[in-house]
Amino acid sequence: MKYLIQQAINALQLGSIYALIALGYSMVYGVLSMINFAHGDVFMLGAFFCLLLIAIVPVPFWLALIVVMGATAILGTLIERFAYRPLRNAPRVSAIITALGCGLVIQNTTLGISPYARPMPRLIDNVTYEFGGLTFTTLQLIIIGVSVVLMVLLDFLIRKTSFGMAMRAISSDRAMVPLLGIPANRVIAITFALGAALGGAAGLLYGMAYPVVSAAMGISVGWKAFVAAVIGGIGNMRGAVLGAFLLGGGEVMTVAVLPSTYRDLISYSLLLLILVFKPHGLLGKPTLQKA
Amino acid sequence: MHKPLRALLFPAAIVCSGALLLTSCQPSKPSVKIGINAELTGEMPAVGASCKQAAELFAEQVNKAGGIAVGTEKLPLQLSVVDNSCKADQAAAAAQRLISQNGVLVMVGPNASSCAIPAGEIAESLGCLMISPWSTNPKTTVDSTTGKTKKNVFRACFTDRFESPVLAAFATKNLHAKTAAVLYDVSSEAPTSQSTLFKEAFEKAGGKVVAMETYTTGDRDFAAQLTKIRETAPDIIYLPAPYNDTPLIAAQARQLGIKAPFLGSDAWSSPDIIKLDTGKSLEGSYFCNHYSTEAPNPKAKQFIADYTARFGNAPDDVAALTYDAMTLAADSVAKAGKLDRSAVRDAMASTRAFDGVTGQFVYPEGAREPAKSAVIMQIKNGGFHWVSTVNP
Repeated sequence: MKYLIQQAINALQLGSIYALIALGYSMVYGVLSMINFAHGDVFMLGAFFCLLLIAIVPVPFWLALIVVMGATAILGTLIERFAYRPLRNAPRVSAIITALGCGLVIQNTTLGISPYARPMPRLIDNVTYEFGGLTFTTLQLIIIGVSVVLMVLLDFLIRKTSFGMAMRAISSDRAMVPLLGIPANRVIAITFALGAALGGAAGLLYGMAYPVVSAAMGISVGWKAFVAAVIGGIGNMRGAVLGAFLLGGGEVMTVAVLPSTYRDLISYSLLLLILVFKPHGLLGKPTLQKA
Repeated sequence: MHKPLRALLFPAAIVCSGALLLTSCQPSKPSVKIGINAELTGEMPAVGASCKQAAELFAEQVNKAGGIAVGTEKLPLQLSVVDNSCKADQAAAAAQRLISQNGVLVMVGPNASSCAIPAGEIAESLGCLMISPWSTNPKTTVDSTTGKTKKNVFRACFTDRFESPVLAAFATKNLHAKTAAVLYDVSSEAPTSQSTLFKEAFEKAGGKVVAMETYTTGDRDFAAQLTKIRETAPDIIYLPAPYNDTPLIAAQARQLGIKAPFLGSDAWSSPDIIKLDTGKSLEGSYFCNHYSTEAPNPKAKQFIADYTARFGNAPDDVAALTYDAMTLAADSVAKAGKLDRSAVRDAMASTRAFDGVTGQFVYPEGAREPAKSAVIMQIKNGGFHWVSTVNP
C-alpha cells in the first residue's frame, strides 16, 4: 500500500509536467486549429533560458520562473507572428510542416550552440522528507504546487475573464470574431504567449527535477504531452490536464506493477483503447470538420 | 534580367565549372588516408570529441616525424573525420562515405557499440579494415547473418565478456555484495548485453540479482523503476548507462532514499560525468575502465603529457584507446608496405603483441579483440581514483 502511494507521488510529479506542456498544445489548437509542433522545443528552451539566466546573475527560484516564463512568452509570440501568421489561411498541411520545421530549427540551433548536455545548477535546497516510510522532496512539492497554481490560474482566466471568453469565441468560430469587434490577431498572439509561457515554466521545472539539460530533451516529452492533450480532447484545457495525469499515472503505475520493459507498450495501448471508444478524446466534443 | 547578359550566363557557367574541374584534376600526392567515424554530436559528444582529438594528436606527431613508412617512401597521414551523431543509420552512412567516397585505407571508430555494429557491417562488405577503439559489445566483430567472426573488424579494447565478469567478481569479492539490482536501457545494444552478462556472472559468483529494471533511451524520469528497486533493498546497483544519464539516475535514487553504491560500465568513463553530477550522488561508486591516469605506464605518461599540453585537459579512456587504435592502424599500413586494403587488413590480423598507452595487448590467433587488463575506478572527491587492476 505504502509502495503504491509512493508511486502515486511519482505519478503526480510526472503528470504535472506533462500537464503544463499539454496545456500549450491545447490552447493553440483551440484558437488556431493547428498543432504547434514547435512547442516541445519551446519547453526545451525554457530550461536553457534558465541556464543562461543563472549563469549571468544567480536569482532565486521564483524570479527565475517569472523571467523564464516571460522570455518564452516573447519567443512564442515571435514564432506565431513570423512562422504561423503568414500561413493562417494556407492548407492545414502547410501549417503542420511549418510547425515541424520551426521546431527543428530551434532544436538544431540550440544543438549548434550547445552540443553537450549541461548540468542545471541548484535553484532550491532539495530536502528529502520521510513520512511513515514514504519519501518526498521539496522539489516534488514545488513542481506539483507550481503546476497546480498555474493550471488553476489558467482555468480562471479562460472561464471567468473577458479575455478567456474571447479565446473561447475564437475556438468556436474564428471568422465571426473580428466582426464582433474582438481583435482576433491580438487574442491569438496572447494565447500563444500564454501557452509558450506554460511550456517554459514546465521546462524550468523539468530542468530542476532532471538536472541534465540537452537540446534533444524536448522531443520525447513534447510528443508525450501532445499525446496526452489528444487523449483528453485536443482544444480542451481541462482535457489536457486530465490526459496528462492519465498518461503520467499510466506510465508510473505500469512500471509499479509490471516489468518496466512493458511500460510504453501498456500505457500507450490503454490510451489507444480510450481513443477507440472516445475518438474525440475524453472531454472533447465532436465538431464538424471542414475538409 | 538584361537579355544579352542572360544569354552569357549559361556559357559562363560552363567555363567556370570546366576551370574548377581542371584545377582539381591535378594528380594529388599519395597519402595514408585514415577515416575517423566519431560521435561528435548526439548522446555522447564528449566521446566523439576525445576520439577526434586523440586522432589529431597522433596525426600531428606522425606527420612531424615525416609520415608513415610505406614501402620505400614516407607518406603523410591524412585524416578524414565524419560525424555519426551516435545513431546507427548515420554511422553506417558515415562508414559508407569514408570508405567509398573518401577512399580511406583504415577506419577508426565508431566508439558506441550501437554505431560500431552497423558500421562494421559496411566495413566488412566493402573490405576495409575497421578498428573500433571503444566498442565492447561482442556483436561488433561477429557477422550477424553467418554468426562467424568478421574478417575486417577489430577492436582496441576488451569486450563485455571480459568486463562484466570482472565487475561481478569485484562486487562479490571486494564489495561483499550478495544482492544486486540492475537498471538499464533496453532500447540500446550495449547496456542490454552488458546487463545480461553481468547477471550471469554475478549469479555464477554466488550472488542474486533481485531486480532487473529497464527504461528507454531519452527517458528522464526513473522514479517508478527506482521505487521498485528500493523495495528489494539490494547491496549494489549495476548501472551501465552512458555518462550523461548516470548522474540523473543516481540523483533520483538518492532522493528516494536509496543508499547502495552504484557499479558502472566503461560508459561512465568521461570526466563529464562528474561535472554533471551536481548533487554528488555518485560519490563512492565504482566502475570499470580501460586505463587510469593514476597508474600509468611510461607510454601512457608521455601520451597524457602530450594530450594535456595540446588540448588543455587530461585524456579519458576513449582518447587513449583511439591513440592506440591509430598506432595499430599506422603500424599495419607500415607492415603491409603498400596502400592496399587487404594487405593492411592481413598485417593487422598478424599482429600478436602490442604495447600501447592503455597497456599490453595480446591478440591471440584469429581473435579480433586483445586480451588486456581492466581497471576498477572509484568516483571520490570529484575525481576518478584507481582502485585495482584486473589482468586477463
